[in-house]
Amino acid sequence: MPLVRRGRVVEDRYVRVVDDAPVPDGAAVIVPAARFMADAAELTSREAPIGLIWPNDRNAGELAPWLDRLALIALTFPNFRDGRAYSQARQLRERYGFRRELRATGEILRDQFLFLTRAGFDSLEVKKAADAAAFAEAIGRYSVFYQQSANGWALVQRRRLLRSAAGGECIATELAR
Amino acid sequence: MYLYDELDRTLVAERVAEFRDQVARRLSGELTEEEFKPLRLMNGVYLQLHAYMLRIAIPYGTLSSAQMRMLAHVARRYDRNFGHFTTRQNIQFNWIKLEELPQAMADLASVGLHGMQTSGNCVRNITTDQWAGVAPDEIEDPRIWAEVLRQHLTMHPEFSFLPRKFKIALTAAAHDRAAVKVHDVGLRLHRNGAGETGFEVMVGGGLGRTPFIAKTIKPFLAKRDLLSYVEAILRVYNSFGRRDNIYKARIKILVHDLGAEAFAKEVEVEWRQIKDGPLALDPAVVDDIAARFRYPAYERLEDSPPALAAARGSDRGFDAWLANSVANHKVDGYAIVTLSLKPEGGPPGDATAEQMEAIADLADRYSFGEIRVGHEQNLVLPHVAQRDLARLWRALDASGLATPNVGLVSDIISCPGLDYCSLANTRSIPVAQEISRRFRDRDLARDLGPLHINISGCINACGHHHVGHIGILGVEKNNEEFFQITIGGRADEDAALGTLIGPAVRYADVADVVEDIVATYLELREDPQESFLHTVDRTGIEPFRERVYATR
Repeated sequence: MPLVRRGRVVEDRYVRVVDDAPVPDGAAVIVPAARFMADAAELTSREAPIGLIWPNDRNAGELAPWLDRLALIALTFPNFRDGRAYSQARQLRERYGFRRELRATGEILRDQFLFLTRAGFDSLEVKKAADAAAFAEAIGRYSVFYQQSANGWALVQRRRLLRSAAGGECIATELAR
Repeated sequence: MYLYDELDRTLVAERVAEFRDQVARRLSGELTEEEFKPLRLMNGVYLQLHAYMLRIAIPYGTLSSAQMRMLAHVARRYDRNFGHFTTRQNIQFNWIKLEELPQAMADLASVGLHGMQTSGNCVRNITTDQWAGVAPDEIEDPRIWAEVLRQHLTMHPEFSFLPRKFKIALTAAAHDRAAVKVHDVGLRLHRNGAGETGFEVMVGGGLGRTPFIAKTIKPFLAKRDLLSYVEAILRVYNSFGRRDNIYKARIKILVHDLGAEAFAKEVEVEWRQIKDGPLALDPAVVDDIAARFRYPAYERLEDSPPALAAARGSDRGFDAWLANSVANHKVDGYAIVTLSLKPEGGPPGDATAEQMEAIADLADRYSFGEIRVGHEQNLVLPHVAQRDLARLWRALDASGLATPNVGLVSDIISCPGLDYCSLANTRSIPVAQEISRRFRDRDLARDLGPLHINISGCINACGHHHVGHIGILGVEKNNEEFFQITIGGRADEDAALGTLIGPAVRYADVADVVEDIVATYLELREDPQESFLHTVDRTGIEPFRERVYATR
């Protein structure tokens, strides 16, 4: 499954550790949420980066005490239509100030890329290679957004007010990304 | 009118380009139908019984004459020469080919129309009073707030994959013409004790198989907090709404299961954390949106001008129409004119391309180029000078748009039913057509007074049968169409669900049953001023039940 990180298809440096399997020394790992919560002190004291997969029906706020020691949080999309993790992503980014890798995993298609990016995800485990390759195209489809979002793109309201302040019509300008 | 600026136009154009690409990927087989489905739904494209259906949003029910002409063009070029106005200020085209959809959307986009978020599990078209901005009983124009919400909730990164669809309606008038209490969120602009205007927030209303009237969770919300509070509601719903059962996924079920108070508490906790952040509305942003609503340059005119006085009494048809379809305007010398899309024997809400063009021309001539669409599936010319009423009536009459039955027994709200819809269990349009033929006598209809009949061809309740004064619900039993009849429902500020009067009746009997109910009302009412609803309130359903089932 191709991984798109910050807009580029990259190798996944993380190893998935399932259930109670041993955690390999020195490797960046992603562990299940239950395993992490049971063993958080030990897992976060390792030398290597630690990440976890957080289910979409559990309050992401529970992670607050550990956020400064987590290198990655993966949120799940069991299917295209299940949007709970969008709320979790925004809460992690905006409320709890999590700045490290936020990964979308599950049923990820190109038509979600823009929503995911704007909700605060910066890495995506994409189902189809063709979709991953089309990331830039999918993300560049829109230049206009009505809402403030986690990725900080300029929004319509600010552009309008700037235009009013300048006293003229807005010219199509490249967005600050 | 709200005038799109280049940013609004850019977004719609980008959406069309994206959809063109999605259709191409579907046609090439790169996307499966299952993968394509949520994408087409977010653009208002359904797969119906016979063809794809395209639903176009008419935000807060306001259309320009140029937009109406484009709808006529789409009806003619891509459909079978007509369109169907729905109960949520949308229009549907029923016979569009998938390959032609992107071009139809591009044509619509050229006048700022689109199908974004008219279906799918997202925030749908935000609706309001079709008389917004002209109604004498409103405290301010609710469309500004509908537009603030529309923009904020368009392609929202968090709320585009909700458990189920989400409908918001607003009213700012004493009389609720937007049915806000049967919406997922209903907002009522009103003035508090200190004289400030703000919103009463109601949540969890809805019809479908489990109907509820919305409950108030915030009696007064300051305007600056509108977006943060709506986001808090949506976030609680997105996180906790059920996703395991499509029939229990609407917010009304969550509100019911938690209880309105507990739900309100969850929202409050979430809201406290975001209310003073970036979502707090900047008055400059609201002013900027309000500034793009353009109002007509009304002339200074007197009420009841000589031209109108002279026309009165000259033609019975004109007098009947004037009494029925013309309402007071907040500006002296003007009137609000409703155009009935319920001709005798016609499918409710349908308009042909020729009618749409005629309406666009009349709007240019008599209504500052503006048209409105209401949830009762009728159209409105909102700014007609009273001196022009007689001329307008003659033109409307010639186009079959002056049936004087607005709010009366034959002004039936109906879903498309089995003639089009893949969900329907029974027909509903033919039921409406038959009832409208039975009540073709205009004197009788006028004598009956306000009487709303609503018909749904299945439990999904798109015809809002629960809130019809007489509600008709089609159900299937052993491969035969049956109809349950309720009475006493209403969708206004005193919204209530109708009561079932007895066992379901056969298709062939529905119009007879309606006649029996009407006859019972005529016998029971204390005087001609006592409305059907008042009579039902006073007597209960028993006398109606007795009459209907005495011989069945």
